[in-house]
Amino acid sequence: MGMTMTQKILAFHAGLENVVAGQLISAKLDIVLGNDITTPVAVNEFKKAGFDKVFDKDKVAIVLDHFVPNKDIKAAQQSKTCREFACSHCVSHFYDVGKMGIEHALLPEQGVVTAGDCIIGADSHTCTYGALGAFSTGVGSTDMAAGMATGMAWFKVPPAIKFNLTGELPSNCSGKDVILSIIGMIGVDGALYKSMEFTGEGVKNLSMDDRLCICNMAIEAGAKNGIFPVDDVTLEYLSGRSEREPVVFTADEDAVYEKTIDINLSEIVPTVACPHLPENTHPASELSNIKIDQVVIGSCTNGRLEDMEATFKILNGNKIAQGIRCIIIPGTMQILRECVQRGWYTAFIDAGAVVSTPTCGPCLGGYMGILAEGEKCIATTNRNFVGRMGHVDSEVYLASPHTAAASALTGYITEFKEA
Amino acid sequence: MNTQGKVFKYPDNVDTDVIIPARYLNTPDAKELSLHCMEDIDTEFVKNVKTGDVMVAGWNFGCGSSREHAPLVIKTCGTGCVIAKSFARIFYRNAINIGLPILECEEAAEEINQNDEVKVDFDTGVITNLSTGKTYKAQPFPPFIQNIIKSGGLLKSLKEGENNG
Repeated sequence: MGMTMTQKILAFHAGLENVVAGQLISAKLDIVLGNDITTPVAVNEFKKAGFDKVFDKDKVAIVLDHFVPNKDIKAAQQSKTCREFACSHCVSHFYDVGKMGIEHALLPEQGVVTAGDCIIGADSHTCTYGALGAFSTGVGSTDMAAGMATGMAWFKVPPAIKFNLTGELPSNCSGKDVILSIIGMIGVDGALYKSMEFTGEGVKNLSMDDRLCICNMAIEAGAKNGIFPVDDVTLEYLSGRSEREPVVFTADEDAVYEKTIDINLSEIVPTVACPHLPENTHPASELSNIKIDQVVIGSCTNGRLEDMEATFKILNGNKIAQGIRCIIIPGTMQILRECVQRGWYTAFIDAGAVVSTPTCGPCLGGYMGILAEGEKCIATTNRNFVGRMGHVDSEVYLASPHTAAASALTGYITEFKEA
Repeated sequence: MNTQGKVFKYPDNVDTDVIIPARYLNTPDAKELSLHCMEDIDTEFVKNVKTGDVMVAGWNFGCGSSREHAPLVIKTCGTGCVIAKSFARIFYRNAINIGLPILECEEAAEEINQNDEVKVDFDTGVITNLSTGKTYKAQPFPPFIQNIIKSGGLLKSLKEGENNG
């Protein structure tokens, strides 16, 4: 019986010829990741269990991104715990303030993760790296601790749903509209425990930033991982960037999928997920009566260069609507630097927006844009759960950078239309 | 192993942001965090929960973030077990890894009501609703996972493996 792309990567890392859905395996890990919230818990478990060294200092990545620069004394303590652990174990991929970025924007950019890898991260959006043709999944802190100690993790081999992509996206849409549309279609548990394998002739029309965004939100459909095949776009992205040699796996011709869902990219429309679940999607054009208070453009979902470019094109020479707070957060220091160098940073400020250094901050209601009671925010982030960005009676609308930037100019949810 | 207690009933898609809001995650201290367990959808839970009580929920319990703090605060509050129609996968893994008993049982999750008194036997997977007298059989864990639970969590089972190997 043929294997899916995910199953082939898992079989390889488990040292097995073949695996089937449902099989429990133990697989070798290429990268074990943690952040400033999940790592302190992992460090505690690691020490409590009596482990004294990490399996490979080059295969552990610790990124301070959720609450840094430290938002308060307690957050500072958590960062300190991470810093001391990374230092004492000589962790080579440790990213502190000045070097850090939002982990899932940072690791692909820095070439830390690559095609064919088997990766776990104590952050649910670790599924992002499937865009590079890797198996990558989110776990908890105890799994991170076990991964750091042994270089191994146990998995139940997942079945897969195949998404057959055709056509090309309209110019006012991006990967975000694709993944929101899919979650709207299959629901927040539509891919529970499963792989989402994206394939078809439409893949070549999606940029790497689009693919990273699509895989990033696979978890919002309950998936174990999302994955794209490796093509010229992937290899060009990895070239000169990847620390390790990419390994290309392809799904067998006779791979078994639970079902196949056809997505015509040319039929995608600007899409918004309304409170309080990512599956509660509607076309942006139907929500134009919703008045907003705040706009957030950034996060591990949409803080990449193309997202900043789309934002620049819409905001440049215009003014943010009266009474709207617009917060722009480039995902990494490199992206921030590009924004400065290309004059986008100045354009953002001239439009009336603020620009932050990289942080997860507002996405999870940490800081840098918390909502008050009754306030509404359109955000390019990934979750709109109750209280996610602040007060329990505030609301988050998830959208693409195009839609969020266009909404910043009007003060209402607005579908972007090319002039 | 078993637990017996009063039921706290919750809907589908209870996410980790309501189990423990991220605004409190500037500390890893489970005791401190547990004071805020479920507060965004149920302010009474922390005040009323007693050791051994049982959470019963719908589909996709624990969806969202990978934060292990979520099963940890549920356990630290004294909750003896979570029964749901299904669990989000990272929550499921985390619960096993930290030793919070969880059971998937659609029928029980559908029929058991708020404030019912239930008894759960983890070895057999039998759930008894003492308020109605009805019993249910949950899916047992595969042996591999049972071993992790018996060892007292993932890291202890790894250490055991190291010592035996």
